[in-house]
Amino acid sequence: MSFSVTEASSRQKWFAGILVVGYALITMLPLFWIIATGFKSSPDAIAYPPKIVFEPTVEGYVNLFTTQTRLSSDAAVSAPQDLPWYENLVRKKGMTIVGPSRFSERFFNSVIIGFGSTFFAIVLGTAAAYAFSRFKVPLKDDLLFFILSTRMMPPIAVAIPIFLMFRYLGLNDTHAGMILLYTAVNLSLSVWLINGFIDEIPIEYEEAALIDGYTRFQAFYKVVLPQAATGIASTAIFCLIFAWNEYAFAVLLTSGTAQTAPPFIPTIIGVGGQDWPAVAAGATLFLLPVMVFTILLRKHLLRGITFGAVRK
Amino acid sequence: MPDTAIERAARSTPPAVANRLKGLSDRGLAMLFVAPTIVLLLAINIFPLIWTIYLSFTNYRVNRPNRDVDFVGLRNYERILNDADIWLTMQATAHFLIWTIVLQVLIGFTLAYLINKKFKGNDLWTTIIVLPMMLSPAVVGNFWTFLYQPQIGLFNYVVGFLTGADPSSFSMIGEVSLAPWSIIIVDTWMWTPFVMLICLAGLRSIPDSIYEAAECDRASKWRQFWTITIPMVLPFLMLAVLFRGIENFKMFDLVVQLTGGGPGSTTELTSVNLKREAFEKWRTGYASAYAVILFVTIFGLASIYVKALNKVKER
Repeated sequence: MSFSVTEASSRQKWFAGILVVGYALITMLPLFWIIATGFKSSPDAIAYPPKIVFEPTVEGYVNLFTTQTRLSSDAAVSAPQDLPWYENLVRKKGMTIVGPSRFSERFFNSVIIGFGSTFFAIVLGTAAAYAFSRFKVPLKDDLLFFILSTRMMPPIAVAIPIFLMFRYLGLNDTHAGMILLYTAVNLSLSVWLINGFIDEIPIEYEEAALIDGYTRFQAFYKVVLPQAATGIASTAIFCLIFAWNEYAFAVLLTSGTAQTAPPFIPTIIGVGGQDWPAVAAGATLFLLPVMVFTILLRKHLLRGITFGAVRK
Repeated sequence: MPDTAIERAARSTPPAVANRLKGLSDRGLAMLFVAPTIVLLLAINIFPLIWTIYLSFTNYRVNRPNRDVDFVGLRNYERILNDADIWLTMQATAHFLIWTIVLQVLIGFTLAYLINKKFKGNDLWTTIIVLPMMLSPAVVGNFWTFLYQPQIGLFNYVVGFLTGADPSSFSMIGEVSLAPWSIIIVDTWMWTPFVMLICLAGLRSIPDSIYEAAECDRASKWRQFWTITIPMVLPFLMLAVLFRGIENFKMFDLVVQLTGGGPGSTTELTSVNLKREAFEKWRTGYASAYAVILFVTIFGLASIYVKALNKVKER
């Protein structure tokens, strides 16, 4: 039995625990509902009262990945018997699959643009952060503040000239344009975070390496980089999540070829309005990777979301 | 043959590059490392900003590229500042900002305070609570329109269940009086964990010894809370408010997907309004002046706030 004055009594702990768990359960409800709706049939999704117990179906996922058209009655009669399971599922509603939908394309765009921009933001950011941390850079504080201030601008405010610039350069609606743009947006985060991580590595390691005959450059990539690897990796995940979630630039600068998933998912339409099971299925596939990454990141989460201002 | 790390590196580096890098002074290397970042930011952020400022003095319209571009001086700024509709969007933004910050600070701090009681499994529950914050506001906002549907929506059902109201009798995003609250609720749901995490860091930074000393002086728990806990957490809390303030002043994706600014223009926050002027009405010059005003406002408010924050930290 401890008698520390700062340790809460077990009754207080119970009380706190119940309130926090209660909040967590309420806050999870919308996310649970997204995942559940993805496995509902259309009538179940819009049933009143809302159905918690239902017969799961992958109809929403099939709708998400395919485009369908109404089946003509004679085609239904003359249909061959050995249809694949997804075609059978669709035929129950009197529809037939005519081809894949654009979802996988858009999802893949998100992957390419996300990873591409993260890669460049990390490479450029690591170099700049190392220089800021280890060398006397003229106007260092001003430059760092300038880098941070680029993040304060509302995306819509810079979107007008970027739109004009991209149109002039032929970068509108291209992967290269979006990668370039997201790299620039993510640089402020990567420079600030990695700068903090490198600051924490004792400079003596490099000095020892330099005395041993390493050049500055070798000291950087053989001594500093491996030490900062975890920090750089978690920074990369933050950049990836940002690019993954970004909507404002994506909706203004992309429409087809390079459109990412966030502007696309809300436009998934079924017969007579939004097809909620399909939207929920798309949202589930889109949000799950982020949830997994968040759980992996939990140790560095605070640091990432505050640009390194708060370190635990 | 001796095979040290240096020699392996030397062999794997083409001689020209190796010589060039060896010849670089620290200063040269620093420049080489910093330059790409600065150049990219100048090209993608500063150059567009200067262009925006230039456009704000003209009557340029993107959808009429062949028309002569006239220099109109400060007329765009004059029109914006005299436009009653713009003041309404500013009011809507202020309403949204103030309520989201108040709710998030109250709930976020309370949660952090409770989690800091260190009950069993608090780490696990903290991670779960944090999840909404990391998700795509556009995708989540779109799904909330489903939760907000009268009759079939889960939100309306739960509210009806708890209050006895008829779930089909109100529409969160369809009614003028409720729509501003619909975006506040979703934003609070998403971002309370952000404030919570920062408060938690603040609470954990307070050394036990301070409380022990207060206990020796027979200060009551209530007194300890107001004279130790709150002042020590305040700088953290203010930082959280700064971040949320800037982010919510820029708020776009969530609101566009949730209400689209409607009904009417009750939830048309500044960024949503700006997008309409720039990319639907194509009044490029006018919208540029609007963008400059917004940027100056954010920057001005943020710098005043940071000064106040530094004062609190010094105490």
